Amino acid sequence: MGPPALVLHPTQRGLLGVSFSLLSGNPKLKRWPKDPKVSNFYIMEVGEMALPTFRKGVHPPHGKGHTEECPVQWIDPGSELVFPMAQHIGAPCKPLVKKGDRVLVGQKIGDNDAYVSAPIHSSVSGIVKEVSQRLVASGAMDTCVVVENDGQYELDPSISPRPDWEDLPADEIRRIIREAGIVGMGGACFPTAVKLTPPPDKKVDHVIINGAECEPYLTCDDRLMRERGDRVLLGLQIALKLFPQGVKGVVALEDNKPKAIEAMRGYLDRLAIQNVTVQPVRTKYPQGAEKMLIYAVTGREVPAGGLPADVGCIILNVRTAYAIWDAVVNRMPVIDRIVTVSGDAIKEPKNLGVRLGMSVRELIEACGGFSVEPLKVIMGGPMMGVALSDLNVPVVKGTSGILAFSEALARLGEEENCIRCGKCVSTCPMGLLPYQLNAEVLRRNYDEFERLGGMNCIECGCCAYACPARRHLTQSCRDGKRTILARRRKGGA
Amino acid sequence: MNRLLVVSSSPHARDELTVRKIMGLVLIALLPAGVAGVYFFGLHAFWVIAVCVASAVGAEALWQRLNGRKVTVSDLSAAVTGLLLAYNLPPDISLFMAAAGSAFAIIVVKQLYGGLGKNIVNPALAARAVMLTSWPVPMTTWSLHGVTGPTPLALLKGVEGTGSLPPLIDLLVGNVGGCIGETSAALLLLGGLFLMWKRVITWHIPVVYIGTVAVLTAILHRPSGISMGPLYEILAGGLFLGAFFMATDYATSPMDHSGQMVFAFGCGLITTLIRFYGGYPEGVSYSILIMNLTVPLIDRYFTPRIFGAKREVKS
Repeated sequence: MGPPALVLHPTQRGLLGVSFSLLSGNPKLKRWPKDPKVSNFYIMEVGEMALPTFRKGVHPPHGKGHTEECPVQWIDPGSELVFPMAQHIGAPCKPLVKKGDRVLVGQKIGDNDAYVSAPIHSSVSGIVKEVSQRLVASGAMDTCVVVENDGQYELDPSISPRPDWEDLPADEIRRIIREAGIVGMGGACFPTAVKLTPPPDKKVDHVIINGAECEPYLTCDDRLMRERGDRVLLGLQIALKLFPQGVKGVVALEDNKPKAIEAMRGYLDRLAIQNVTVQPVRTKYPQGAEKMLIYAVTGREVPAGGLPADVGCIILNVRTAYAIWDAVVNRMPVIDRIVTVSGDAIKEPKNLGVRLGMSVRELIEACGGFSVEPLKVIMGGPMMGVALSDLNVPVVKGTSGILAFSEALARLGEEENCIRCGKCVSTCPMGLLPYQLNAEVLRRNYDEFERLGGMNCIECGCCAYACPARRHLTQSCRDGKRTILARRRKGGA
Repeated sequence: MNRLLVVSSSPHARDELTVRKIMGLVLIALLPAGVAGVYFFGLHAFWVIAVCVASAVGAEALWQRLNGRKVTVSDLSAAVTGLLLAYNLPPDISLFMAAAGSAFAIIVVKQLYGGLGKNIVNPALAARAVMLTSWPVPMTTWSLHGVTGPTPLALLKGVEGTGSLPPLIDLLVGNVGGCIGETSAALLLLGGLFLMWKRVITWHIPVVYIGTVAVLTAILHRPSGISMGPLYEILAGGLFLGAFFMATDYATSPMDHSGQMVFAFGCGLITTLIRFYGGYPEGVSYSILIMNLTVPLIDRYFTPRIFGAKREVKS
C-alpha cells in the first residue's frame, strides 16, 4: 500500500518527480537496464511509491555478494593485542595501566576527563607487555597499550547483567554509554554519549538507526541486523528513552539488503515495539552519510555547518545501537566487533567476529590469506576507507572492513587534464563544485576554497570516483579542509 | 608478499569511464551517421573524414612533440575533433582544405589554449567558421548524387536556388544535401541515445536545445512564408549533430545541469533567429560558438545549491 496519490516525498520534488507524479499518482522509477553501471535511463512503474533517497550520488558496484551470506564467525586472538589510545574523535585517552600490570576482559585501560572522549577497554585478560608508540591504521605512530593474552579471558568483576536496566534514569544511561567507550562504530567514531546529549534547545524527534551500509563490499551491519537485530532494536529503545515523549525510532536500510529488511521487520513484530518503523531507502552511495540519510528519511536538510540535532535527528550506526544494549543490559563495554574481510585478493571472504586490538594480519590469515598478491589493503570501505601501509596494525572500534584488492581492481589511472565533463558536479551530494575546489587547492588559494563552500565537503569520494580524468578531487578537498582548520586553530591561539 | 602496499587517499574505487573510453564511445556513436554520409555523398566523403581525423591526430602529436609535452593522442580527443570537423564539411571539399582546417582546430583552437579541456570554443566549429570565411564558395557548395543543389534549409529560406523540398522521410534517413555528418537525423539520434545510455552525455542539453528550436519554429514565422512545421525544422540541417555531439562538448559547455539548460536554450534561440532572420540558412554552428563564449559566465551564476544552505547569488 503506497501513500495516496500526489503526496510527494520531499526527495521527489524535482521537475521530473513532479511530472511523473502528476501523470501516474504513484511513481516508481526503475533503472533500465537494471545495472546502474551502464544505465542512465529510468522507466516508470506505476503502483508503489519510489523509495526515498537524496539528490545526486553514485552507484559503485556493491560487491556485497562475496560475504552477505557468510554468518559471523568468531575467531580467537593471538598472543599480542594492541590498543591505540586514540580510537575516537576528541581527546585521546591516557593509559591507566603500566608495564607488568595484569588486566581483565572489559577492564578500562585508558581514559580522559575531557568531555569529547571515550575510554578504551582491554578485550582479553593478560599482562601489559608495554605502553609504547606503535603503528596504527592511519600510518602514524600512536600511544598504544600492548597486552600479552593469557588465553583465560577472565572477565572483569564489574561485568555482570544489570537486572534493573529498564528503570535507569536518562543521565545514568548516558554515563553508562560513556563509560562503555561507545563511539560511532560505522567508522566516524564520534563519542556516542556526546551525540546523545544534544544542546537543550534542540528538540529531538527522530532517532535513526543507520543500516544503510552504503560502502561497497561491507556486510558486517547486514549480518548483525539479520543475526542480532533484536538487540539492535533494544539498543534503539534504550536510546529513545533519553528523549521526550513522542520521539520516533527509524531503522533505515538500503533496499539491496532485502533479507535484513525482512529480519528487522520480524524482530519488530516479535518484540511488539510500537514507536519504531523500518524504512527501506534506495541503494545509492553515500546513502549512509548522516545528512543524506536524514534527508531521505525525514526530508529535512541539516543546515550547512550544522549538526543532525539541528533538525531534530540523532543517527546511530547499527553496531552502536547494539553496543548500547550490551553496555546497559550486560555492563559490557566495547571490546569486540564484526569486521567484513573481503576483496578480490582474499582467499575466503568472511564476516569475522573479532576482539579489538587484534592485528589485521590475523584477520586476513583467518580468511585463508591472500589468493593473489594484493596491491592495496584498505581498512574500512573502498570509498572512504584508509589504505594500510602495513598489515601489523590493530583493529579498532571503527574498523568495519578489511579489504584487499589485487592490481586489477586497485590500479588507479594517471591524473589527466580536467575535461570539464561535469560528473563531479552532478554527483556531489553536498552540491559543491569539486573541479573548482580542486583548482583552488592546487593554486593554494584557500580563501577561495572556503568561499566556495569547500568546508561542507563530507569526503564521501563521489567526485573522485566519477572523474574520468582520474583527478584527485576528494584528496584536494581534504587538503583544503585540513589547511583551513589548521589555520583557524593557529588564528585562534 | 614481496612488494610494498600502495597507499593513497580514498576513494579507492573508480568508475570505469575514463577520458579515453568516453572519446571512444563518442567515436562509436558518430560512426553510423558517417556511414550514411559516405553512402549518400560518395567515396570522397570518406576521404574527407579520413584526412580530417589523420590531420587532427597528426597535428596534435607534432605540436606536443615540438613543444616537449607529453603526447596525448591516445586519449582519442583529437580523433573526435577531426571527425566532428569532417562531419561539418561539405562532401566535395578539397582534401587540402579539410587537412588545413583540422590542423587549425587542433593547434590554434585547442593546443594554444592549453590542450584538452582548456579551449574556450568548440575546436571543430571554430575551424569550420574560419574555413567558411577563408573558402566561402567550396564551403557552401552542396551536392547530392553528383548534382549540386540547395540544402533544405536554403530552400526554406527562399533566397537561394529553386527546387522542391525533400519529404520528411528523406531528412530522417539522410537522402538530402548538406554536410557529411548531418545528413541522417535518425542515425544521429541513435548515436545520441547511445551516448546517454553509456552515461557520456545527459538529456539536458540535447532535449532543451532541440525543444527550444521546435517551440520557437512553431511560434515564429519565416519571412519567406514557407512553413513545413517544427518537426521538419528540427530534422533539417545540422541541429541533431549540433545538439547531441557539439553543444554537449564537455570543455565548452557549463558544468551544472541548470547551466547546461540555460546554455542549450541560448543555442536554440540563436539557431532559430539565424535560420529565420539571419544571413545564413543554418545557424547551429554559430549559435554554439556564441554560447560557448558565455559558458564562464553561466558557470559563475548557475551552480548547484549547497546542501543545507540557502540559495545566495554568487558574485
